[in-house]
Amino acid sequence: MSTYRKKRFHTVSSGANPQRFDRSQIKFYLYLIPICIVMGLPILFIFSNAFKPLDELFAYPPRFFVRRPTLANFSNLFKLTGNSNIPISRYLFNSIIITGSAVVFTVLISVSAGYVFSKKKFKLRGTLFHINTLALMFVPIAVSIPRYFIIISVGLYDNFLVNILPLLCMPVSLFLIKQFIDQIPGSLIEAAVIDGAGDYTIMRKIIMPLAKPALSTVAILAFQSSWNSTDASSLYISNESLKNFSFFMSTLSGTAGNSVAGQGISAASALIMFLPNLIFFIILQSRVMNTMAHSGLK
Amino acid sequence: MRKSLSGKSSVPIFLAPYAFFFMLFIAIPVAVAAVLSFTYFNTMNTPQFIGMSNYINLFTNDAVFMQHVLPNTIVYAVFVGGFGYILSFFLAWSLSQITKRPRTIMAIIIYSPSMTGGILLSTVWKVIFNGERSGYLNFILMKLGVIEQPVQWLQSSQYLMPIMIIVSLWSSMGVGFLAILAGILNVDQEQYEAAYIDGVSNRFQEIIYVTIPNARPQMLFGTVMAIVNTFQSSGVGVALSGSNPTPNYAGQLIVTHIDDFGFIRYEMGYAAAISVVLLVGIRLLSSGANRLFGENENEGSVL
Repeated sequence: MSTYRKKRFHTVSSGANPQRFDRSQIKFYLYLIPICIVMGLPILFIFSNAFKPLDELFAYPPRFFVRRPTLANFSNLFKLTGNSNIPISRYLFNSIIITGSAVVFTVLISVSAGYVFSKKKFKLRGTLFHINTLALMFVPIAVSIPRYFIIISVGLYDNFLVNILPLLCMPVSLFLIKQFIDQIPGSLIEAAVIDGAGDYTIMRKIIMPLAKPALSTVAILAFQSSWNSTDASSLYISNESLKNFSFFMSTLSGTAGNSVAGQGISAASALIMFLPNLIFFIILQSRVMNTMAHSGLK
Repeated sequence: MRKSLSGKSSVPIFLAPYAFFFMLFIAIPVAVAAVLSFTYFNTMNTPQFIGMSNYINLFTNDAVFMQHVLPNTIVYAVFVGGFGYILSFFLAWSLSQITKRPRTIMAIIIYSPSMTGGILLSTVWKVIFNGERSGYLNFILMKLGVIEQPVQWLQSSQYLMPIMIIVSLWSSMGVGFLAILAGILNVDQEQYEAAYIDGVSNRFQEIIYVTIPNARPQMLFGTVMAIVNTFQSSGVGVALSGSNPTPNYAGQLIVTHIDDFGFIRYEMGYAAAISVVLLVGIRLLSSGANRLFGENENEGSVL
């Protein structure tokens, strides 16, 4: 096997997806490593700054790495209260509830629609899916104004649900899940139907387990969009106690960002914003890559 | 058995939640924007129909739009969308040429800035581009003797746009980048072997004749994601400079122009007209990209 591979690599110089290290790959490392350093430095900087004591944040000359790490920024952050005396823990609590429900419901809504689009035949199926494909390029902030009027007219203004509901319909989620379910052979479903399984059972027992990579990917995308979202809090909610953490953080960068204590606090909250995204992605990355292989627009 | 597989009874139930939210938060808002764009509406009084005036004003009377917003948006889109897309393909291809473990680690590093996005992480960049002597960039450049006085990077109409582009490029290697990487990795090894028998002789030809044609569907998905990301990240100038409008309109883009008119001046009809122009522009860009990557003419257009 290994001699076969070696031989093949000698006769064919294609280097795509190599199984082992070869000296010819060094040239890629020569520029990939510097690029990764440039991309990663600001991230490293978030970690480093979040643990810097105040005097190091304002040290002259500035230092990149923290020397005497402290949790003072985090305790300052939690001692701080936002506008109208809302404690930070409240924003964080809201964010966790919003993100949790957005992830669960986005996955459920997308997988049930994806199942139907992939495995059922019905009138307008092609047209409707084409509309969804067009909506992939939909930019939510372009319609924040009409959304504002719709939200007011359906009575969602200043309602906690407005944090969640506009996030649930993600065209890219339906798209990725449908493409993935397309791979699941129809014969599996036919067999289940013979055994007397209904659509709910098929979805629970066959589609959802087999489409796990796509569901994980959608979960990550829903997580990112809801955890990072500031739209609802800044445009559709005036009651401070219903706003989320990323909104709180964006107000920090607007005003307190340049004040003395503000820098430490915004560094700490940047880390709180960033870290869950990173952990979630690292855990699920192989499933994401698996899903992305089926993301093609054909 | 056939009958139950194509049974329609549960179709509406399974489709309903998605369809409902799609209508409420995507389809209807687009329709409302289109209608409002033909009106004068200050949120106090009922909208007044004024025909094409908003559009005519936008293209003939709005000096800020023609002199700053439109050129800025084009520059920003070319660099962040266009150059960013080429960069994401180049990085994805390079990563596909190395072994799995280092590739995974580097892909996570390159992807990670996009997870939280440039706008929220502008706090970090504000420290780096701080206008004081202790700002990182100022300190380094002064130490190297490139500048003598600290530069107010984020308040300068000269530097704001390049900084916005850097920050957005940094955070633009998102889902589209991952899709392209997955697409390239999925190309069958036999395809390369066959191409070498047919006379392909170097990596460049390999990219042109094997990689791109085979990863084309994922690359097309990547273009759509690149275009969406470009406009979705437009608020970065406001986040960095801390004001809308940005200093001297240097970082004013179509999206921030909409916010300026909609949520600051409450000229909703006018803001809606700008939204419509933006949506139409995105649509044209995407179908242009589709044509660029379209395999052959007789195949129906996807977008």
